[in-house]
Amino acid sequence: MSKTAEIYGINGPVIYLKGNTGFKMSEMVYVGKENLVGEVISLKKEATTVQVFEETSGLRPGETVTASGDAISVTLGPGILNNIFDGIQRPLSVIAEQSGKYISRGMQVDSLDTEKLWDVHLTVSEGMEVYGGTIIAEVPETESIVHKSMVPPNIHGIVKSVVPDGQYNITQTIAVLTLEDGSEYELKLAQKWPIRIPRPTSKRYPASKPLVTGQRILDTLFPIAKGGTAAVPGGFGTGKTMTQHQIAKWSDADIIIYIGCGERGNEMTQVLEDFSKLHDPKTGNALMARTSLIANTSNMPVAAREASIYTGITLAEYYRDMGYDVAIMADSTSRWAEALRELSGRLEEMPAEEGFPAYLASRLSAFYERAGMMQNLNGTEGSVSIIGAVSPQGGDFSEPVTQNTKRFVRCFWGLDKSLAYARHFPAIHWLTSYSEYLGDLSYWYSENVSPKFVEYRNRIMAILNSESSLMEIVKLIGSDVLPDDQKLTLEIARVIRLGFLQQNAFHPDDTCVSLEKQFKMMEIILYLYKKCRSLIAMGMPMSVLKQENIFEKVIAIKYDVPNDHLEMMDDYKKAVKDFYNTVMEKNA
Amino acid sequence: MAIEYLGLSEINGPLVVLEGVKNASFDEIVEFRVDDGSKKLGRIVEIYEEKAVIQVFEGTENMSLSNTHTRLSGHPMEVELSPDILGRTFNGIGKPIDGLGPVIPEMKLNINGLPLNPVTREYPRNFIQTGISAIDGLTTLIRGQKLPIFSGNGLPHDQLAAQIVQQASLGSNSDEKFAIVFAAMGVKYDVAEFFRRTFEESGVSDHVVMYLNLANDPVVERLITPKVALTAAEYLAFEKGMHILVILTDITSFCEAMREVSSSKGEIPSRKGYPGYLYSELATLYERAGIVRGGTGSVTQIPILTMPNDDITHPIPDLTGYITEGQVVLDRQLHGQAIYPPINVLPSLSRLMKDGIGEGFTREDHQDVANQLFSCYAKVGDARALASVIGEDELSPLDKKYLEFGTAFEENFVGQRADENRTIQETLDKGWELLSMIPREELDRIDTKILDKYYPENVEK
Repeated sequence: MSKTAEIYGINGPVIYLKGNTGFKMSEMVYVGKENLVGEVISLKKEATTVQVFEETSGLRPGETVTASGDAISVTLGPGILNNIFDGIQRPLSVIAEQSGKYISRGMQVDSLDTEKLWDVHLTVSEGMEVYGGTIIAEVPETESIVHKSMVPPNIHGIVKSVVPDGQYNITQTIAVLTLEDGSEYELKLAQKWPIRIPRPTSKRYPASKPLVTGQRILDTLFPIAKGGTAAVPGGFGTGKTMTQHQIAKWSDADIIIYIGCGERGNEMTQVLEDFSKLHDPKTGNALMARTSLIANTSNMPVAAREASIYTGITLAEYYRDMGYDVAIMADSTSRWAEALRELSGRLEEMPAEEGFPAYLASRLSAFYERAGMMQNLNGTEGSVSIIGAVSPQGGDFSEPVTQNTKRFVRCFWGLDKSLAYARHFPAIHWLTSYSEYLGDLSYWYSENVSPKFVEYRNRIMAILNSESSLMEIVKLIGSDVLPDDQKLTLEIARVIRLGFLQQNAFHPDDTCVSLEKQFKMMEIILYLYKKCRSLIAMGMPMSVLKQENIFEKVIAIKYDVPNDHLEMMDDYKKAVKDFYNTVMEKNA
Repeated sequence: MAIEYLGLSEINGPLVVLEGVKNASFDEIVEFRVDDGSKKLGRIVEIYEEKAVIQVFEGTENMSLSNTHTRLSGHPMEVELSPDILGRTFNGIGKPIDGLGPVIPEMKLNINGLPLNPVTREYPRNFIQTGISAIDGLTTLIRGQKLPIFSGNGLPHDQLAAQIVQQASLGSNSDEKFAIVFAAMGVKYDVAEFFRRTFEESGVSDHVVMYLNLANDPVVERLITPKVALTAAEYLAFEKGMHILVILTDITSFCEAMREVSSSKGEIPSRKGYPGYLYSELATLYERAGIVRGGTGSVTQIPILTMPNDDITHPIPDLTGYITEGQVVLDRQLHGQAIYPPINVLPSLSRLMKDGIGEGFTREDHQDVANQLFSCYAKVGDARALASVIGEDELSPLDKKYLEFGTAFEENFVGQRADENRTIQETLDKGWELLSMIPREELDRIDTKILDKYYPENVEK
């Protein structure tokens, strides 16, 4: 018999229960006649506090709250991919079938389809000893991904019986274990896991491989490692969501978990539409086949928004345990922090900075630390990378969420309003951004792209930095009075900004660029710089150099060289040489 | 027969506390009858066993701890709806104030609405031609979008909204299935009157539903007004299949009202004294725009907000910008130069624009022209800053061209008459005319093919 209690007080999404209810912390409860889903967030002898994941309008004191016995958890099994859930893993398409265009309250739906039959191939046999994480069955979940069902962590036993290969749904028993104490344990395709507890692994590896995104400014200047963490802060309209979409579309992760946390409904619809149509560059299948969406839009209940981040990362960890590289897009962590603030205010907790609760920093760090490149319990290697958007108020990076996030991520891609106003996209500012992974990844770059990659990258950064100090002078006296070598630096920096950093997400070739092309583009820009410098050193003025349209030609490489014809890059090297010779001849 | 409770145990600003209530539910509507015969409505905002905290919409004047009778209604706030609401005027909580008698309801809907399921939404793609170049060309309005106007006191946001309503709805793309829902929250009488007159003059009065909470009406009522209006909009759009344009003005008053009530409830404030749930509250308003898959209707929102002290980083415009799909920002300096509409295009944005323009929607060159105009106009700012330091004469010839371009852009592209209705073709052609002031090699945002086709050749004089 499950425990019950009576509602005493209601204040928005927070309700109070009378007396010592015997409920557990983080336990899932069903509230009132409509069975709204809630979670226990504080316990006292006199009262229990519950946050409700649904609208509480119409609830009355005296209604019953029933404990479920389990912590708030997600169902892990085939059917997660190519699906869209709300913040507490209820499938939105099933909700739509049952309640039409609006999301009604108290919907009792299964997280995963329990009827659907999957083609199951068993990978264990009778008499085998299995541990937590051992893969017991393989299921082709989508055309891109083979789902691997595992023994839940903390379970250890001998396989007593298994079913033959065939079609099973997620509620059927596919194997029975005899545990050490002699009891039997039934294994199914699906298992449950509490969202607030990280899934265990055996060890953590240092970052060594980049998460290749196809975005030049990210891959070349500020790379993120597989298993790394990055923050994308920016005021509204600077392109946080676009950056996240681009990474979700083109990065070389196996699985994408996209969390729309307190963002726009139309945006989620767009992701759903786009990702069903677009193709994964690696496998050629629809992008949705490797994606799971969690949509808790801004008008959906605030407590579920708080939970959505944890739901997302738990799903990600589950796929990591199978040996996949998973990338999470969390858009936006500020909305999640605001949900914490809102609930904290309702609980009348003492606020710290700007009304945020004092535990904001510890919650943020706990979330970002769930990322990493891991050795799983079953010996496979997998990673969870987190890319979190931050929406600082007024675009001011000194606010608490941005500052605290900065302490726990190793990659910072700062979006800049003035770049966005000039429609320079991606509006990631090269002076405020940084990546701590550069050192960890330089070995990989020199092995897999070119030994010169990091050197070139540093030279590009140096040019951009000297441009910024020169611009201070230009702002005061204009560029005409600068000496020619400084004018050249400005010109090359312009080529880098327009031709390399700016990337057009709507251009079929430019939207995703291979590391090889990125490297060759840098090579040509630096070659041009070198040749121009020697011309300037010979006393040629910048105005002469600019008569040739070589700069514009190099800028247009990103459009003019298709991604599958990189041999055309050699023509540009020749063009630079020709330019050098022409200028020499004309002005010798 | 429902029980009536006599007396209250506390009155504090717009909030009253009633003790000893039985069977009250959270968010329920209660009716008060005061001794002098006046009736008021309230909403239960907090409840602890037998003690309910109630927010009174019409203000607590005349109420005392002993002279008030309270009756529970048994349901949350509802609004009575029928197709007959078109052409009618209501107060801030949905009661008719035009003297034409009550509306015979076809249905009653909870004003809080429910969140639209993202799965059942349709991504908005239909371009709405407003006839205003700065909007059509650079921050295109899409049917089903929420596009606020960020303005300041004394700027012509009302004229702009009125012009959008007139030209967008009554132009070539109008049809019978079109209506306007107008919600005024704490605006001046003159403003409400201006809109009423505009609707009348353009002959759409019988397609307008007005919900008016004027500046001297009760503050708490304002918290309900936009919800009532949006419920009516959703009813007309999704039940009756109409295209609804909702004008909400002024969001700032709505937020001020929320702050007032929050502080009298003794809640912990976050930024600038606004409650922590300001974002969620605003989101529940703005997210009620959209299109439902398989339906014919749509809700498009144009909320107007006046930025306190013209500060775009103030919490109200800031949070709004994070929820809405772009913003149209008005600028005091342009207004000072007598440019109408004084839209500062650089911070203005339409997020849905990219999918609703181009070939098949407007014209193939639209996106490129827009990008180039933005990019050139951003450079104008740099050139002006430089000119203010070293003087215009010292500028390079290119910077001088940018200065010229800037002035022409502001006067001829952004600026137009209040009754001028430009087609999108005219707008884009004007864009090319301006771009031709800049040397062709500077136009780095336009595809070469588009440049060849559209760049006027007769420019290098």
